Amino acid sequence: MNSINRTITKPYKPRITLSRRIITVALIILCIIWTLPTIGILVTSFRTKDIVSSSGWWQAFKTPKAFTLDNYGQVLFGQRYTVAGKDGHAIVTRGATMLSAFLSSITVTLPSVIIPIFIAAAAAYGFAWLNFPGRKIFFAAIIALLVVPLQISLIPILRDYQKLGLNGTYLGIWLAHTGFGLPLATYILFNYISTIPRSILESAFIDGSSHFDCFFKLIIPLSLPALASFAIFQFIWVWNDLLVALVFLSGAAQEMQVVTIRLLNMAGTRGTDWHLLTAGAFVSMVLPLIVFLSLQRYFVRGLLAGSVKG
Amino acid sequence: MKAAISEKMKTLYVVPLTVIIMSGGFLLLRTGMMNQVLTTVFAIIWGTASVLLLFYSLNLLAQLMKAKLYNAVIPYIFIGPAVLIMGWYLFVPTIRSLILSFMDKRGEHFIGFGNYAYVFTDPTMLVSIRNTIIWLVSGTVFSVLFGLIAAVLADRSQIEKLGKTLIFMPMAISLVGAGVIWKFIYAYRPEGDTQIGLLNAIVTACGGKPQNWLGTAPANNLFLIAIFIWLQTGFALVVLSAALKSVSSEMIEAARIDGAGEFRIILQIVIPSIAGSIVTVSTTILLAALKCFDIVFSMTNGLYGTEVLASQQYKQMFKFLHYGRGSAIAIVILLAVSPVIWYNLKEFNKKEVF
Repeated sequence: MNSINRTITKPYKPRITLSRRIITVALIILCIIWTLPTIGILVTSFRTKDIVSSSGWWQAFKTPKAFTLDNYGQVLFGQRYTVAGKDGHAIVTRGATMLSAFLSSITVTLPSVIIPIFIAAAAAYGFAWLNFPGRKIFFAAIIALLVVPLQISLIPILRDYQKLGLNGTYLGIWLAHTGFGLPLATYILFNYISTIPRSILESAFIDGSSHFDCFFKLIIPLSLPALASFAIFQFIWVWNDLLVALVFLSGAAQEMQVVTIRLLNMAGTRGTDWHLLTAGAFVSMVLPLIVFLSLQRYFVRGLLAGSVKG
Repeated sequence: MKAAISEKMKTLYVVPLTVIIMSGGFLLLRTGMMNQVLTTVFAIIWGTASVLLLFYSLNLLAQLMKAKLYNAVIPYIFIGPAVLIMGWYLFVPTIRSLILSFMDKRGEHFIGFGNYAYVFTDPTMLVSIRNTIIWLVSGTVFSVLFGLIAAVLADRSQIEKLGKTLIFMPMAISLVGAGVIWKFIYAYRPEGDTQIGLLNAIVTACGGKPQNWLGTAPANNLFLIAIFIWLQTGFALVVLSAALKSVSSEMIEAARIDGAGEFRIILQIVIPSIAGSIVTVSTTILLAALKCFDIVFSMTNGLYGTEVLASQQYKQMFKFLHYGRGSAIAIVILLAVSPVIWYNLKEFNKKEVF
């Protein structure tokens, strides 16, 4: 049985080994082109200031002694400024840190991922397994909202936030990310939850479970892969977001700046301090890269399930 | 009977408790007094607990009703929170922006189509419309093309998984981060100095003059779009690669037996069979290109003739504080997206689930 299946579904592979080798070489070249930019900043972030501005990063291994961790120290704990004090002594102070931005990004991201999950899962269950007037219209509205550009909401929501006192608060940005993420979340989870076999649910109802027991004890555990897909998708989206943070955290204190805004400010004010800028960029991307590389499977599934986010 | 009474007792304390926890947490978080780590931990617990308690209390309340009414109410309890939040954050704002787009700068007086006239006549706006079209066309075409090439290559190579991961990786990087990476590639120094930007180093090594890549219009738009392509190719690769796996191998074998070359097989069998996926990928990338704001904002801030609609929209709203024009641009972006909405709804209508 198994072997029959294999011959039918096995994807086609050319048998000629020489052309296969050429293809592999072509792919390697493409991969090198795609990775080179990132390698460039990774190497630069470990080089000293002077050497960065006097030679290209590709020559870095000619000067193996000019590597340093100091860039990361400065970026994480604040850049050192030497200021002349009142009595003429030099005082060393430190500027804004990437570390606080990193913490702030975590504060923004985790609740923005977790809050929409249950709300969306409940809605997906309602749409998939319950019948009620307006079901089709509401779901059609969600489909339409999937691709509505979030730009359209910024000013109206900002005005609401000013009235509610939510502007520049973490709460405000969580709710905003929840609102903007919900259509996709509901859509992905609906696609998954609606494929759960009816017999499983029916046997639960025969045992006398209410919809609530059924949802929490059956649907949530069964949908974990879909929940994970959305969670990873939303995590990378929120972590990398610039626009929503710019708009809703603009009035906030410096400690609340997220990594993307911090990096943007660094690029604006210290555009030529490549040794710091590259280290900052790397700090900002390390967490999504780890999440991406370790959970790539779920991320891809989320992408394939509904890659049409506004 | 006894069980029913205890259920009612539960309602009596669970519902007020839910209200207290939700509003108390809301007010506490709004003050923003706690330190960051505490806020994060508190927010995660509060967020999860409130959502669960909310559904639980609503259920308890609904159970007070008669069975028939309960069955009628329960679906709305499940979809209610999601629908209300989406209504507040996306649906109602769309209508409010539409109204604002016919109002003056501060959104106080009705001025008719003035803002739209501005969008389609102002020289800066015309440049950004032109650039947006360049973004849409070249960004999408090249992302899909490279994604397709990479998918076909990966499918037939010995290092499929590694190759896909490497090309896909930029998807995890923020657009601002990508901006920094590419600013470094494009770094420009006057002739005679050591070039630390890769592109100028290559140009000078070949005997050319160093170029200020981002400062010369209109070519600089293409250099910004290159960043977008670098990011989106991975997405196209992943989706198209999944589609390639489902192309029938018998058809390809048959074509090979008939003596068709590898190239002809790809053009005449493989590509037509994954046409649906190519359309989906193109649409998604098209939407991303239309809304792409971060790259322009972080690389050139719209200087040197690189403005696009999304960056103009941000500028009008938050720099010039012209809500009317900002909303009008947002509506124009929405109109550009509307064929996709229409198509999705049409597809949805065909589904048998509903």
